[in-house]
Amino acid sequence: MKLELRGITKRFGGLVANDGIDLVVRPGEIKGLLGENGAGKSTLMNVLYGLMQPDEGEILVDDRPLRIRSPKDAINAGIGMVHQHFMLVPVFTVAENVTLGVERTRLGFGLLDRRRARKDVLELSERYGLAVNPDAYVGDLPVGVQQRVEIIKALLRNANVLVLDEPTAVLTPNEAEDLFRIMRELREGGRSIIFISHKLKEVQKIADSITIIRRGKVVGERPPSTSDTELAALMVGRSVQLRVSKDQATPGEVRLALKDLSVSADHGGTAIEQMSFEVRGGEILGIAGVQGNGQTELCEALMGLLPSTGGVLLDGKDISHLSTKERLRAGIGYIPEDRQEDGLVGDFSVAENLILDVFDRPPYASGISMDLNAIRNSATTQVADYDVRTTSVQTPAGTLSGGNQQKVILAREISRNNTVLLASQPTRGLDVGSIEFVHKQIVAQRDNGVAVVIVSSELDEIYALSDRIAVMYEGKIVGFCAPDIPEAELGLMMAGASASAAHTVAEGQSPADLAAAGLTTAEAVADVLPGGSGGSSPRADTVELTGEESGNE
Amino acid sequence: MTTLVAPIRQSFTLNRDSLAAGFFVLLGAIEIAVFGVFAHAGHATFQLSISGSGTQIPDIKVPAALVCYVVGGLSVVIGFWRGIAEPSPRLKRLAIGTVITFFLAALLCWADAGNQTAVNLISLVQQSFTASIPLVFGALAGCMCERSGVINIAIEGQLLVGAFTGAIIASAIGSLWIGLISSSIAAGLLGLLLAVFAITFLVDQIILGVVLNVLALGITGFLYDRLMVPNANLNAGNSFSAVKLPLLGNIPIIGPIFFDSTIFLYIAYILIIVIQIGLFSTRWGLRVRAVGEHPTAADTLGLRVLWIRYRNVVLGGMVAGIGGAFLTIGSVGFFNKDISSGFGFIALAAMIFGRWTPLGSVAAALLFGVADSLAIVLSSLNVPIPSNFLLMTPYLATIVAVVGLVGKVRAPAADGKPYVKA
Amino acid sequence: MSDQLTPAAPEAAKPDPADDGGKPRPRLTGKVIIEAILEGSPVVITILAVFMALVISALLIVFSDNNVLHAWGDFFSAPGAALALTWHSIATAYSALFEGAIFSPATIGAAFHGGSIAAIFYPLSLTAFEATPLILTGLSVAIAFRAGLFNIGASGQFVGGACVAAWIGFAVHLPVVIHIVACVLGALVGGAILGWVVGELKARTGAHEVIITIMLNYVMYNLLNFLLSSTNFLQQPGQSNQIAPPIQQNAIFPHVGGPPPQANVGFLVALAAVAGVAWLLSRSTIGFEFRTVGANPRAARSAGMSVERSWALVMLISGGLAGLAASTIIQGGGPPPPLNPNTYGTYGFDGITVALLGRARPVGVLLAGLLFGALQAGGTVMQAATNPQVPVDIVEVIQGLIVLFVAAPPLIRAIFRLRAARGTGMEAVAKGWNG
Repeated sequence: MKLELRGITKRFGGLVANDGIDLVVRPGEIKGLLGENGAGKSTLMNVLYGLMQPDEGEILVDDRPLRIRSPKDAINAGIGMVHQHFMLVPVFTVAENVTLGVERTRLGFGLLDRRRARKDVLELSERYGLAVNPDAYVGDLPVGVQQRVEIIKALLRNANVLVLDEPTAVLTPNEAEDLFRIMRELREGGRSIIFISHKLKEVQKIADSITIIRRGKVVGERPPSTSDTELAALMVGRSVQLRVSKDQATPGEVRLALKDLSVSADHGGTAIEQMSFEVRGGEILGIAGVQGNGQTELCEALMGLLPSTGGVLLDGKDISHLSTKERLRAGIGYIPEDRQEDGLVGDFSVAENLILDVFDRPPYASGISMDLNAIRNSATTQVADYDVRTTSVQTPAGTLSGGNQQKVILAREISRNNTVLLASQPTRGLDVGSIEFVHKQIVAQRDNGVAVVIVSSELDEIYALSDRIAVMYEGKIVGFCAPDIPEAELGLMMAGASASAAHTVAEGQSPADLAAAGLTTAEAVADVLPGGSGGSSPRADTVELTGEESGNE
Repeated sequence: MTTLVAPIRQSFTLNRDSLAAGFFVLLGAIEIAVFGVFAHAGHATFQLSISGSGTQIPDIKVPAALVCYVVGGLSVVIGFWRGIAEPSPRLKRLAIGTVITFFLAALLCWADAGNQTAVNLISLVQQSFTASIPLVFGALAGCMCERSGVINIAIEGQLLVGAFTGAIIASAIGSLWIGLISSSIAAGLLGLLLAVFAITFLVDQIILGVVLNVLALGITGFLYDRLMVPNANLNAGNSFSAVKLPLLGNIPIIGPIFFDSTIFLYIAYILIIVIQIGLFSTRWGLRVRAVGEHPTAADTLGLRVLWIRYRNVVLGGMVAGIGGAFLTIGSVGFFNKDISSGFGFIALAAMIFGRWTPLGSVAAALLFGVADSLAIVLSSLNVPIPSNFLLMTPYLATIVAVVGLVGKVRAPAADGKPYVKA
Repeated sequence: MSDQLTPAAPEAAKPDPADDGGKPRPRLTGKVIIEAILEGSPVVITILAVFMALVISALLIVFSDNNVLHAWGDFFSAPGAALALTWHSIATAYSALFEGAIFSPATIGAAFHGGSIAAIFYPLSLTAFEATPLILTGLSVAIAFRAGLFNIGASGQFVGGACVAAWIGFAVHLPVVIHIVACVLGALVGGAILGWVVGELKARTGAHEVIITIMLNYVMYNLLNFLLSSTNFLQQPGQSNQIAPPIQQNAIFPHVGGPPPQANVGFLVALAAVAGVAWLLSRSTIGFEFRTVGANPRAARSAGMSVERSWALVMLISGGLAGLAASTIIQGGGPPPPLNPNTYGTYGFDGITVALLGRARPVGVLLAGLLFGALQAGGTVMQAATNPQVPVDIVEVIQGLIVLFVAAPPLIRAIFRLRAARGTGMEAVAKGWNG
């Protein structure tokens, strides 16, 4: 089935999210749609899937125009979509989720035919090698399996064109390889795939042709053999060097130490298991790992937002019995992962947000009475110092752009006299300019003697900032390494291999050694050996982008 | 160095098991120390049939104090077991059910010890059923609405509107059945109002429910004063009479309880079965629940989220209307102001207790019904507990239940959140 | 400081604003003012909502009036009569409402002929009198809203305060000013304890306050009945009715101007409470915490605030305010009626509607309380002056309708063809049973 989008334009008030976009997907083709955060990729796909109506332009299937007014029309036209945030009901089983809307019934009055539903799911599962258990509850499944459910869902509805929106955002490099295998198989079967991503390397690896989008417009179509530099330049519009220029670190005393920190998980089991490490003042420890391996719990436990056992020492003093407020006061700066949910109060003004954790201390308050003038003046200064673009300090923080919101949080946390700075996904969803600013500030903190801990699932950011890297997997640190570690090795560690095993593999040892190291996925192994698709050069002058797409645009 | 920095979540999961165990032991202790010790000498008599109708079964006479001691001891044992063992959810429910039944038995023994008047268990259960009928309808209405994602605090108002409409239409037109149908329609209209404001205007659903209740109270009060008071023929006080089902109604013990009542009980049976099967085994139910759990996902699969919600809220209102009709033309006949007196809220509690399922809600509603009818029975036995405290029991029980059940029960994930296409 | 009760209704998609963060503010010309009116500012919406509510209530009055209905039955033979009667029915009702609440032209004429001047202000004074408990319960509900809690239990907390105040009022002997203060403090404590219990329950167990407060209301009603049935507690000796002894003269609020029962010191208490709550919310650290917890509890936690402590504290204050409302009933009026099973009336639930209309802001609550107080004051006069009698329940209907219309700006705008603007502030706090 040939799919064409012609002249698609979509506006939101004054903002043009899609501007005359043309896109052609031929049958049996994997089309890569490349663009940075906010470029308009998701909007385009929402239009294609009938979740939004375009202001101008049309969609053609096999050269015939088609009105897609709702997801139902899209499904009927043979378009299937796997959203970045899964559209699965956690309390339903796999079979229920897959058949929702096209359920098999019996006895005439709509009684669910669970047996046939199960059979349908298993059939598709076997045919495409997408192993799932139809009776498992989706909420209990790991992310990689949930994605398979989503794909089966689309296949059940006879999707000829499958749209995958940032599918590798939540996968380890090995799971991503698995996904690529599935994509190739689907392509062999005559289906087309639109693969949306901001990750250059992946798009190059899997796509048959690449369309690059920037600020709502198509800026180019290139074959996958195009160089990184050219693709990145097209994506961003200017040559970008993402390496932050920083001096060599001069680490001082140990300022933050964890001793056997353990955190239990929600449904039993452990989220963090006996974790210990130290961070010195004047160094940046980057904690790498795919989302969902305990990073969130680690940050929350360090801040006292989750109960934990074990010791947390700040400049040698045990703070593990202190409340969040006391820990903040003791000198930890905290930039939470989800700035809108945990970092800011959207309805409050910028000024109010800037004092969120110091509102009851002088000079902002004496006793229980607050000094509004002092608050306003301090805010004005901070807004200027941290380049927060806002009309006034009374503007609600929720109306600011992502980058400015993050700057507000940064301003708030950094302007205290901190011992430690804990930043989780500090540049997620930000535009390049803001990313540069945030990185610069973080390095400045380090140079002031603060012990900085960055948690990030963006390898580029880890490489750019860290003086030392720790890799987290399933609640444990599997190893520490230097920032010149090859990405292949790092990827293996993120999948659970120990540092030595990863290193061994990268050096080209035999599969027997790998089995000894506990690796089981044959493909993962094969991939990482020299000559495979992993790539092994250190990141001397890479020009990729960081920041993950966080949903709508 | 090892500490537990505790937000509420952690510490109270520890508590719940010990809370339940402690509760059982406490009940057992009360049964022994209060009921057993203070029971008058003699036997407690329990009648198992209604004199003059159906098969007669001989009364049961038991030594009151002994029974109290025995069940008290058993409750304490169960309490310890509950605290030590880690039983499955099914066993836990069985345990609670057993302990509560023991408590009721001991309570009745104590109340009736040495008393001439027997306790008629049949009529006790019958009264419990009767008291629980409006709760059942209310809870069913709640399930319908909330499973699709709309919180309905206005069940109280719907009961009231149903009660009023039933009384006035039945009196005016002279037909109980038309009265019943109009109750359902009137409450359905209130449901439509709720739906419009909640789904289309995105008003906070809890606030909306409270305001609709105020409106319902005001309008029914106003119309009562304005229309019913000057015209007694508009509040004639007729009601449906009990209908004994042939054959089934004659089964000893079970017959008088389950098969000898007004049409409302039979409607309730049908609705319970239909809604339970509907929600959990049919395509309709799957879609409703999907809309209540993850409306965005449902939308991407082509389900019409808003329409499904509208439909369920209105249907739920209609069910509540039947429950409201019961309050007037199903029982006492006459309407007076605020005749629903909080039943709608207890129905909500029953729904939460029952984990938003029809069967669960019915079990909870029955429990509340028992509390209600106990109050009557106990005062007829001249038990020295002030009636006001007995009347408080359903409300206190609800508080205890809601506090104790928090975290264990989970409402549909999108309950209360209006759906707006992102 | 921020100006929304709740997050604005989610829009179709949030466009990424340009880096400069917003347009410059327009200058205040006449054109801009008219635009603001047409765009449906909260004040305009409220006025239009009141209008719509009165229209619908008028319909309710007319359609339940036998005379009018009969006249319409004979419409074709005597059309004028039908219309005249309809108009007459509505006019008598609403003019009585107005005269009872604001002023009656007759009194002005009477004043010129030697009647008392004070009588002119009687309706206004009555309005203030009726508004007093509403303002206080409104504040009670409003302050809880700001912290993200629904206090549906103001009624029960009212009862708690009333019991304590009444008891101190009739059972204890104290000199003049001290007695008044003691009763007021007692009422405050009585309500505060109940509020605190709810807050603590929520803090410790996460139990949803809506069900708990509703249930507690009924528990308190029954407790009141019980206490009034026994002379050991609150029942007047020698009485078989459930009624308490009247409180002593020393405990009664002195009035403010004119013959009773009008505005008394209670009204001043209400005004003071408004000022106090306003200061608390906008200028104190406690209020800042309340507002943060109400707007975004997760961010509050991450910033080190104790959400649980705020809940318990705000419910304590909220209950106290409801108790304070009770004291104005127990101690106000000339003379105040003794405590009885109906003392709590609808004050608790009216407080909810007042808080909603006032957008949970202290000044808004004051104005809304005065409006609803006016309706109550006028309502009793309306009930007396109309034939067939228009029951005072209509006032509840009007109040409910006003709040409902305020909550539905799209409806109002559609009716009056206003252009779409921002939300009302009553849109979903998006909080379900799961909290």
